[in-house]
Amino acid sequence: MDRTTLDLWVGVFVALGVAAMIGLAMKVGNLTSNQIGDTYAVTAAFENIGGLKVRAPIKSAGVVVGRVDSIQFDNSTYEAVVTLKIDTSYNFPKDTFANIYTSGLLGEQYIGLDPGGDETMLKNGDKIAKTQDAVVLEKLISQFLYNKATEDGDKKDTESAK
Amino acid sequence: MLERLIPALRGIGHRVINRIWRLGSAARFFLYTLVLSGESFRRLHLTIREIYFTGVLSLIIILVSALFVGMVLGLQGYNTLQKYGSSEAIGVLVALSLVRELGPVVTALLFAGRAGTAITAEIGLMKATEQLSAMEMMAVNPIARVVAPRFWAGVISMPLLAALFSMMGVFGGYLVAVPLIGIDDGAFWSQMQASVDFREDIVNGVIKSCVFGVACTIIALFEGYDAPPTAEGVSRATTRTVVNSSLAVLGLDFVLTSFMISA
Amino acid sequence: MTDNIVEINDLSFAYNSRLLHKGINMRFPRGKVVAIMGGSGSGKTTLLRLIGGQLQPTAGQVLVNGGVVHEKSREEIYLMRRKMGMLFQFGALFTDLSVFDNVAFPMREHTDLPESVIRDLVLLKLNAVGLRGARELMPSELSGGMARRVALARAVALDPMLIMYDEPFAGLDPISMGVIVNLIRSLNDALGATSIVVTHDVHETFAFVDYIYFVSAGVVVAEGTPDELRASQLPFVHQFVHGEADGPVPFHYAAPDYRQDMLRGLHA
Repeated sequence: MDRTTLDLWVGVFVALGVAAMIGLAMKVGNLTSNQIGDTYAVTAAFENIGGLKVRAPIKSAGVVVGRVDSIQFDNSTYEAVVTLKIDTSYNFPKDTFANIYTSGLLGEQYIGLDPGGDETMLKNGDKIAKTQDAVVLEKLISQFLYNKATEDGDKKDTESAK
Repeated sequence: MLERLIPALRGIGHRVINRIWRLGSAARFFLYTLVLSGESFRRLHLTIREIYFTGVLSLIIILVSALFVGMVLGLQGYNTLQKYGSSEAIGVLVALSLVRELGPVVTALLFAGRAGTAITAEIGLMKATEQLSAMEMMAVNPIARVVAPRFWAGVISMPLLAALFSMMGVFGGYLVAVPLIGIDDGAFWSQMQASVDFREDIVNGVIKSCVFGVACTIIALFEGYDAPPTAEGVSRATTRTVVNSSLAVLGLDFVLTSFMISA
Repeated sequence: MTDNIVEINDLSFAYNSRLLHKGINMRFPRGKVVAIMGGSGSGKTTLLRLIGGQLQPTAGQVLVNGGVVHEKSREEIYLMRRKMGMLFQFGALFTDLSVFDNVAFPMREHTDLPESVIRDLVLLKLNAVGLRGARELMPSELSGGMARRVALARAVALDPMLIMYDEPFAGLDPISMGVIVNLIRSLNDALGATSIVVTHDVHETFAFVDYIYFVSAGVVVAEGTPDELRASQLPFVHQFVHGEADGPVPFHYAAPDYRQDMLRGLHA
């Protein structure tokens, strides 16, 4: 095999391989929709973050506007402090709500931002004051049972009162 | 009974010491190869020639295997997912399985079987027919001239082959899911793109395939270089290449995956 | 500049804790063709490797051009080897290169000569061994004798001062043998080089070499010109030169007494 044919085949091989890598990055993965731009950081405190993980998406109106950067535990307030990295092209008012939602029924958890009406916007380092915790299944069940129990108790009272 | 135990223990000890000694030999060999790699890049045509023999000639087996693996993943995945009404997640299942694990690992195993054994046999034969000795006597370092270019060719070819495997596998899964089974085309791709992370899955997969490339190629080269210069010696060496490469790949896969998951 | 291109002084070499050479002394004068002969396993090929620096002596010295080989640095050994050519048993041609590329190999590795000059040199060497027309063949397409000749052309590619031959006549038909004999002598004289031939082929060798060393049991048992050795009455030399089945080199491998061995079978 002379050198020129060899070089040709090797060139084709390397080109195909690199194309496959790029194809994987673009078509199969989420490189195009990933954050590459500048971000600013704000914090939010939650009593319970449920299953929220680092790098979970931050969505507003269903559109991804940022990523969760870190999750810490504050030992004095016994709350979870979440650092949110939001894309600089998006501004949110100071009284924005930060809620933890679940995508689908049993899916991954993400942070949803509901904007308020304040005229001043959040800056780098600000704290989101209004937060809503994740829905924890056990608390939901105990709430349901408690409600059921009080409902039956009321019924018995009204029956015995008759 | 004791008289039979002692020779057995001695045999085990002897074999363990032999293995460790060989490991040390292999490590030294690896170091020499790295140190003497300058020529592989100064005279690039040497390396390019080897990329042809290890990479290009492995393309067919990699692509065909990838197609079948992807199609099987599609079938088996659909079979299980549709019981939970999540059959549209088939794209996610196929893509993640391939990119994270099957792409790098299966490619490495196939590479060891096809290219690795070829390298071992070639170098073993060169040793047996005194070609390496002849090179030494002509003042040409055989490690720089013969071993190092093959090493870099393997390291370069492996990630490329793994990427091609993953792409072909995804295509195979697509073929089964969309035209055959009837999953929605848009759902297939969009769910996949939402779940496959570039850094966590794809980059990690590439890192894995690079590490496997280093391991498989250096094992193949060492077994050939170290083989006894007889026909039987060379044939045993090729078997050892496949066995040791496979064990190394699977072991490294576990180590790398645990690092990547905890990081 | 000494008169001897290679000197071996009191050389001892052990292989796997078994002493192969016990105090060997040899001189190889410039311009001569010298043969090293002995039975199989007497360490003749090992001597070539010691001269070439592939092995280190356990005791004693090997001097090439006045310099002690095992005291040389890596670069010095490589420089030394560039002036040596070695013909391996059965040729050891690079199987993935053509005949032309095999002979061009040392030139491409060690010189910066342009391809046109290399082409001329390669054809020159191939012509000297009579294989200029075979330059596009691959080693697998060559007969044993032809492969040996190509290897010879490769060994003399850079016009070495010392050419070493490891069993150059092994397995050759009489015609090829005659060709190789001719080539060894003519190349040696044409290049003004020194040749060391390791062999056990008495008939061919005695016809063209200048001096012979006989090695047995780790020492030099005899040395001299072909005529001197043909007339020698030393038992080993006599057995070797005349091809006698039994003598100092015994016919029987070590075994217990014949009668006892056979009778034991009856009594058992």
